[in-house]
Amino acid sequence: MEPIRIIESRTVVLPRENVDTDQIIPARFLKTTEKQGLGKALFSDWRYDGEGRPRPDFVLNRPEAEGCAVLVAGDNFGCGSSREHAPWALVDHGFRAVVSTRIADIFRNNSLKNGLVPVVLEAAAYAKLAAAPGEKVRIDLGAQTIALPDGSTASFPIDAFAKYCLMNGVDELGFLLSQEEHIAAFERSRG
Amino acid sequence: MSGGVRESPAPRTIFEKVWAAHVVRPETADTPAVLYVDLHLVHEVTSPQAFAELRGRGLRVRRPERTLATMDHSTPTLPRRPDGTWPFVDAQAEAQVRQMERNAADFGVELHGLGDDAQGVVHVFGPERGATQPGMTVVCGDSHTATHGAFGALAFGIGTSEVGHVLATQCLLQRRPRTLAVRVDGRLAPGVSAKDLILAIIARIGVGGGTGHVVEYLGPAVRALSMEARMTLCNMSIEGGARAGMVAPDDTTFQWLAGRPRAPKGAAWDAALDRWRSLPTDEGARYDREVSIDASALAPMVTFGTNPSQGIPVDARVPDPAAERDPQARATLEAALRYMGLAPGQPILGQRVDAVFVGSCTNGRLEDLRAAASVLRGRKVKVRTLVVPGSQAVKRAAEAEGLDRVVMESGAEWREPGCSMCIAMNGDDLRPGQYCVSTSNRNFEGRQGPGGRTLLASPLTAAAAAVAGAVADPRALLGDR
Repeated sequence: MEPIRIIESRTVVLPRENVDTDQIIPARFLKTTEKQGLGKALFSDWRYDGEGRPRPDFVLNRPEAEGCAVLVAGDNFGCGSSREHAPWALVDHGFRAVVSTRIADIFRNNSLKNGLVPVVLEAAAYAKLAAAPGEKVRIDLGAQTIALPDGSTASFPIDAFAKYCLMNGVDELGFLLSQEEHIAAFERSRG
Repeated sequence: MSGGVRESPAPRTIFEKVWAAHVVRPETADTPAVLYVDLHLVHEVTSPQAFAELRGRGLRVRRPERTLATMDHSTPTLPRRPDGTWPFVDAQAEAQVRQMERNAADFGVELHGLGDDAQGVVHVFGPERGATQPGMTVVCGDSHTATHGAFGALAFGIGTSEVGHVLATQCLLQRRPRTLAVRVDGRLAPGVSAKDLILAIIARIGVGGGTGHVVEYLGPAVRALSMEARMTLCNMSIEGGARAGMVAPDDTTFQWLAGRPRAPKGAAWDAALDRWRSLPTDEGARYDREVSIDASALAPMVTFGTNPSQGIPVDARVPDPAAERDPQARATLEAALRYMGLAPGQPILGQRVDAVFVGSCTNGRLEDLRAAASVLRGRKVKVRTLVVPGSQAVKRAAEAEGLDRVVMESGAEWREPGCSMCIAMNGDDLRPGQYCVSTSNRNFEGRQGPGGRTLLASPLTAAAAAVAGAVADPRALLGDR
C-alpha cells in the first residue's frame, strides 16, 4: 500500500444519511473473485439508469466531480454489509478519504485496510463541508486535521495503529504474523 | 483466611468474559488487542481475494480445523438439471463457486458446498452443525455473523482483508467495543415474533444507534425465546449498527446443541456445560448504555422505508415527513417514501404487494417455515411467493413434516437452500418498482433487485401478505382457526 500523509483535493458532497453498502456497490457485482476494476460499479444504481446510461443529476456524473479524492457524505456512511468491495470500489474510482459525522464500524475497518481514510467530524465542521461542495480541503493524517474551505481547521479521531499503518504503507497482516510466538503460547495455554 | 476479607472479582458482563478469554495480547494506546478466533465460517463471496492473498504470500491456513465453509450467496435455489449441471445465474457465479471448491481443497478447509447434504446459508449452517458454541469467538466475512451471538458467543462480521488475517493467523486486531444492554420485559403476544421484536428495537435505537457497541439482549421476553428466535434477534443487531448481539446461554441453548455433529460429547460435554454455565453476566455488572422495551406492547412490525429502522406496527400509518422538525431527518424520510412510492399518512395495511419471500439467515429456519406454513395451510397465495429453506437440513426437516406440500398446495414455490432473494445475487430478484414483503434483513434500495421495494416483516406477516396480495395483519388469520 502507498503511504498516505496528506490528501489535498476538491470534494464531492453526497448529503444523504445512511448510505449503505448496497448503494456503494450493489450485490450483483460481488460475484467477482478479484479486487480490481470495481470503480465502474461504484454507486451503480444511482449513477446509471436501467439501460446503463449515466444519470446527469447524480453528483458523481457532473464534470466537477472528475478527479475528486474526498467524498463528503451524510451520517452513518457505509452501514449494512461487510463487503470490502465497497472501499475497493471507492478507491478504484479515485477516492482517498470519506468524511461523515459517523461511519459504520465494518466499513471503517475495511477502509483502513485499503488506503481509504475515514474522517469523522463534529456536526458543525461537517456542515461547513456539506455547504461547500467542490471546494478544496486538505487532510493531514499525521496531525489528524482537516483544513476546511472557510480557513478553519477541524480535528478527527483515528486509531493510532491504523494511522501508523496508513502513514507507512504497512499492512496489518504483517504485524499479526509477527505475533506467532504469542499466538502459539496462547493456544498451548488453553490446552 | 488470615487477614481481611478477600474482595470478590468485579462483576462482568458476558461480553467481557468472552473477550477476556480470547485476548492473546492486550490492547495498548498504540496497538489494538490481538484477539483469538475459535470458529471462522467462510463462504464463496467474501473469501476468494483472501485465499489469493495467502497464495501470494506463500501462507497456509493456520488452523483448518477451526475453519468451516459453505456456499449460499451465488448458488441457485432451483434444483440441479437432469444433465447434472446447476442453473447458475451466470458464468461468474459458477466461477466463484468453483473457486471456493478449489480454495477449500488447496488449503484443507472442510467445505459443505453445492450438492452436499449439509449445505446452507452460512448462519443457519454453522449453528446446526453444532460448530457455534457458547463462549466462543466466531467470525465470518458477512455482517450477519451476529446471528451466532444467540448462543452466548461473541460473533461479528469482518471484511475480506480480515478473513485473510484469520485464515493466516487465527487472530484479529480489535479494539474493545462498548456494551449496550437491551432489556426486554413482558412477553410477546400471539402473532408477534422475534422478528417483530428486533424491528421494534431497531426502530427505537436507530439504524446507527448501536455503532461501536456489542448488544446483550436480556430480560424475561428474551429468556422465553427459542434458539431459532434468539438467532433472528441477534441476526439483525448489525441493522442497528452493532457488530454483535449476544444472549446468555441457558438450558434452551444446551438442549438445542446437544448431539449436534460438532458439539462436545460425553465427558467433554459435561465439562463444557460447567464452563458455559459460568458465562452469563454477573449480578451488578455495568453496561455502557441500557435500553428497555416492553414486549407485551408490541404488534407485528413492517418496514415502509429504505433502512431497517423505518418500521411501524402493521396497523399503523406511514409517517408524514412534514411532521419531522429536523430537516435532515425530513429529507431522509422523504427520500425513502419517494423510492418506496408510498404516501405520507397512508395505512400500510392493504398496500399492494407483488411478491413475497420467506427465507434468509434471519428467518429461514424450521420454526420460521412452520410459522409461514401455518398461514398458508389451506389457503392460496395471490402473488409470486418463494419459500427458501435456510439449509439442506432445514429443508429435510420441513419436508418430513409435510411443510413442502403445504407451501406448494398454496401455490408458493418451494426452493433449494440459499440466500436467494435476500441479496438477489443468484437471479432470484424483483423487477423495478415491485413490492415484496420479505422475511430478510435489509430493505435498502435495490437490495432485492434494481428498483425493487422491500417491506421487511416476520414469516407470519409475509405469509399473510402472500394470501392477501397486500400487507395484512397475521393476527386476523390466526384467529380463524
